[in-house]
Amino acid sequence: MKNRGLAFKLILLILSSVTLIFLMIFGYNYLYSRKIIVENVEKNAMNLARATVNQIDVVLSSIEKVPENLSYVLDRSLCAGEELNNLLKHIVKKNDEIYGSAVAFEPRAYDGERERYSPYFYKSGGEIHYSDLGTASYQYFFQDWYQIPKELDRPVWTEPYFDEGGGNIIMSTYSVPFYRMEKGKERIAGIITSDISLSWLQDIVASIKIAETGYGFLISQNGTFVTHPKKELVMNETIFSQAEARGDGEMRRIGREMIHGKAGFVPFTSILTGKLCWMVYAPLSSSRWSLAVLFPQDELMADVMRLNKIVVTLGILGFIFLLAVIVFIARSITRPLTLLAGATEDIATGNLDVVIPEIGTGDEVGKLAQSFDYMKGSLKQYIADLTETTAAKERIESELQIAHDIQMGILPKIFPPFPEMSEFDLHAALEPAKEVGGDTFDFFFLDDDHLSFNVGDVSGKGVPASLFMAITKTLIKTRATRDTTPEVVLTQVNEDLSADNPSLLFVTLFMGTLNIRNGILEYCNGGHNPPYIIRAGGEIEALAMTGGLALGVMEGFEFQSKGVTLNTGDALFIYSDGVTEAMNSKHELFSEERLEEELARLKDLPVGDIIAGVMEAIHNYSGDEPQTDDITVMIIRYNGSEGTPEVATTGEM
Amino acid sequence: MREKCTLVIAVALFLIIVCGAPARGAPLKAASFIPQWVPQAQFAGYYMALEKGIYKQHGIDLTIITGGPDYPPSDLLVDGRATFASLWLSTGIQMRAGGDKILNIAQIMPRSALMLVAKKASGIEAPQDMDGRKVGLWGPVFQIQPRAFFRKYDLNVRVVLQSFSVNLFLRDGVDVASAMWYNEYHTIMNCGINPDELTTFFFHEHGLNFPEDGIYVLEETYRKDPKLCAAFVLASIEGWRYAFDHPDEALAVTMRNLRREHIPTTMVHQRWMLERMRDLILAEGGEDADMGGLLPQDYSKVARGLRSIGLIESVPRFTSFYKVIRESDEK
Repeated sequence: MKNRGLAFKLILLILSSVTLIFLMIFGYNYLYSRKIIVENVEKNAMNLARATVNQIDVVLSSIEKVPENLSYVLDRSLCAGEELNNLLKHIVKKNDEIYGSAVAFEPRAYDGERERYSPYFYKSGGEIHYSDLGTASYQYFFQDWYQIPKELDRPVWTEPYFDEGGGNIIMSTYSVPFYRMEKGKERIAGIITSDISLSWLQDIVASIKIAETGYGFLISQNGTFVTHPKKELVMNETIFSQAEARGDGEMRRIGREMIHGKAGFVPFTSILTGKLCWMVYAPLSSSRWSLAVLFPQDELMADVMRLNKIVVTLGILGFIFLLAVIVFIARSITRPLTLLAGATEDIATGNLDVVIPEIGTGDEVGKLAQSFDYMKGSLKQYIADLTETTAAKERIESELQIAHDIQMGILPKIFPPFPEMSEFDLHAALEPAKEVGGDTFDFFFLDDDHLSFNVGDVSGKGVPASLFMAITKTLIKTRATRDTTPEVVLTQVNEDLSADNPSLLFVTLFMGTLNIRNGILEYCNGGHNPPYIIRAGGEIEALAMTGGLALGVMEGFEFQSKGVTLNTGDALFIYSDGVTEAMNSKHELFSEERLEEELARLKDLPVGDIIAGVMEAIHNYSGDEPQTDDITVMIIRYNGSEGTPEVATTGEM
Repeated sequence: MREKCTLVIAVALFLIIVCGAPARGAPLKAASFIPQWVPQAQFAGYYMALEKGIYKQHGIDLTIITGGPDYPPSDLLVDGRATFASLWLSTGIQMRAGGDKILNIAQIMPRSALMLVAKKASGIEAPQDMDGRKVGLWGPVFQIQPRAFFRKYDLNVRVVLQSFSVNLFLRDGVDVASAMWYNEYHTIMNCGINPDELTTFFFHEHGLNFPEDGIYVLEETYRKDPKLCAAFVLASIEGWRYAFDHPDEALAVTMRNLRREHIPTTMVHQRWMLERMRDLILAEGGEDADMGGLLPQDYSKVARGLRSIGLIESVPRFTSFYKVIRESDEK
């Protein structure tokens, strides 16, 4: 993803977002339409179930009336013999639904003698036949149709049963107890029955057809299938034995709801087809059997599924269309960008003459191309200017280099400068900062006995400072003549410098004259760092100040000299503020203390080594920190009038 | 040549020993058997032995007469239509005490399957709760244990004669019903009542275990051909073992027989019945138990029970009633 092209990212992000949105809409649409269908199915299913139940109940309750009416007659009168037989025969004849009817008496209830008597009229072969059920082998007292209403003391519908004589018709019997007063108490005298064929009921339930495979079935109070399109279940299995065979606990639970007279709407797996269905169930109010109607979910959802298929197909087509559009858009953006990228690469390699492709779209990419073209032009112009400027700068720099060389050229460079003189050793060094600097030093003999030397530091840097330094050096050299003292030289040079100083530059200057015969040093300090005297014994002391100002500051200033005697082995160390103000990376100064420590460490070495040691110490201290000021050091060791000079170490700055 | 002859004889002897006493080629003896009821899983062992040719291996050409309400095995046994019959122990004792010269040659089911069952909803959770309630009982033979049970717990109940359907109980026409564990109890469950909604009273748990199904033969038949009797018992036991080891096969045969007789049933019901038969037949001591044994104390318990309610006048001698069959008897 990270390294893929813009077109790929666009396609991926847009299409995945669109797909997500489509799926959400599709999912919601599906769930909602499904919910509506389920609600409709539930409503319709319940209506259908109740209508069918009513249709069955109407017939059953009309049949219930017949034996119930007869029981009222038998309750109140001792109807018997031919009269009773005619009544029963009439009932069977007049009621199409009634297959047979019996009045079964309790022991001795008929005539006070007979243990069992039950006249029974039934239809067979279009005729009405008579038989007495009161036989020893039949034992009607222990048949369900007799025993259950008697023990429960109320009318009941028996469990459906196969009538073996009547050609495998499923029958059920409605049994109604009737009563007689006996010794002042009402007692059951027998049971009146109506046998009805359930084939009409099977026809009603079988006529229920829902979609392709939906159907209805009826179960008895025991859960026995009274009707079911799967014939082998009828009168053989209960919904519970089916549940056990299938290991279906949910079916058993629903079956229990059904036989307990509940109504409901539940998901149910069809026993016939194995399909998932919605099933509505409702009880018959007469016999407490339960009717169920199955609505195959997939068939009822067929319309929604078809719609879903169309929606998905449209979605996929839309997806493909969108893909094409995005590819087109992405291409139209990336093609000029790719061209631009190519041109930019050319520019990056330095080819500013490359032609920026013409992009006439006028959109952001077009503007970008224009900007690139403008940038190219500007860049070209800039580089041309830069080349010119660089050339100028290089010229100036080379001139500055020359100035620097000249400046360094006027400083003494050969050490020891007076190898033939044994009375003293002298060594000096000047390390300029990057540019042309303002430090200076010089030494020369005024006469055979007097060595004049000076170290100066012009304020500021650069060409003006170096020119000022050159002027100062020249003035000193001019003014310092035989028999002049440092105070005179400084006063006169100050006058010269102050007289015409438009740049307001100034110079600090230390100047001394050493009598090499007796070691007497006369010096004057014009605002310069006080030099150190390193005594032959090792003590290091700062030279007393003379109260002089920097030169070029105040016209007419009178400088004062001071004197000090150098004994054999004593040395004078002069330096510019570039030494003590050298900085390390933390911008801490090198300082006088550190310089004094270095001098104490180096004091016994030859003068050249002391200078080199101090320089090295400063370099080590500053590290990579750029040098900001010129560094100048000078040392003069007095060896006495008869002294022996050090082994000459010749070196060049 | 002589060695070869010896070898042939040795092999022949070996085959005779391996194939059992009634060696191949011996004529099969014809015999018939009548179970108490229709060919349900209660008799799966006999039908399985027939199906797998076990009776033939024991030298019997057996016919199983299809039982049912019209074929009381006691009648068929006495009048000679059946060589062997399956009867309840109490029926067998009754017949013997009544003068029918019959013998028990194997007590196949040592544990009583008869039980009482009540709905917890009717408030019956212990024997005492039955007091004053309506109890459905079957005919006299099935009443011995319940009545002893009522005496044991000092219960005064109203007995209602119960038919072969459980509908009276399901409709609450009685509070307590009689049931066979392998039959009606499962029927009740398959009419939508959950086991946890029922209180069960197994008689063997109340010290009233009456062995039930056993194999009976006329004393005369036994005297004439004890080997046939032994062969029938051993083959039947082998059949039972086979049925328990191959329940699916036994169920397939049972379902085929029931369908042939147009008897409505369900596979789940027959499976339940076969599993309970296994529990009941192998009840005493598990699988390795010696099937077919009858203990004198069980015998006298049943016989005294019969006498106590007047079904028999005197208790027949145990030894004259029961003949132990051993494997050696077949040879």
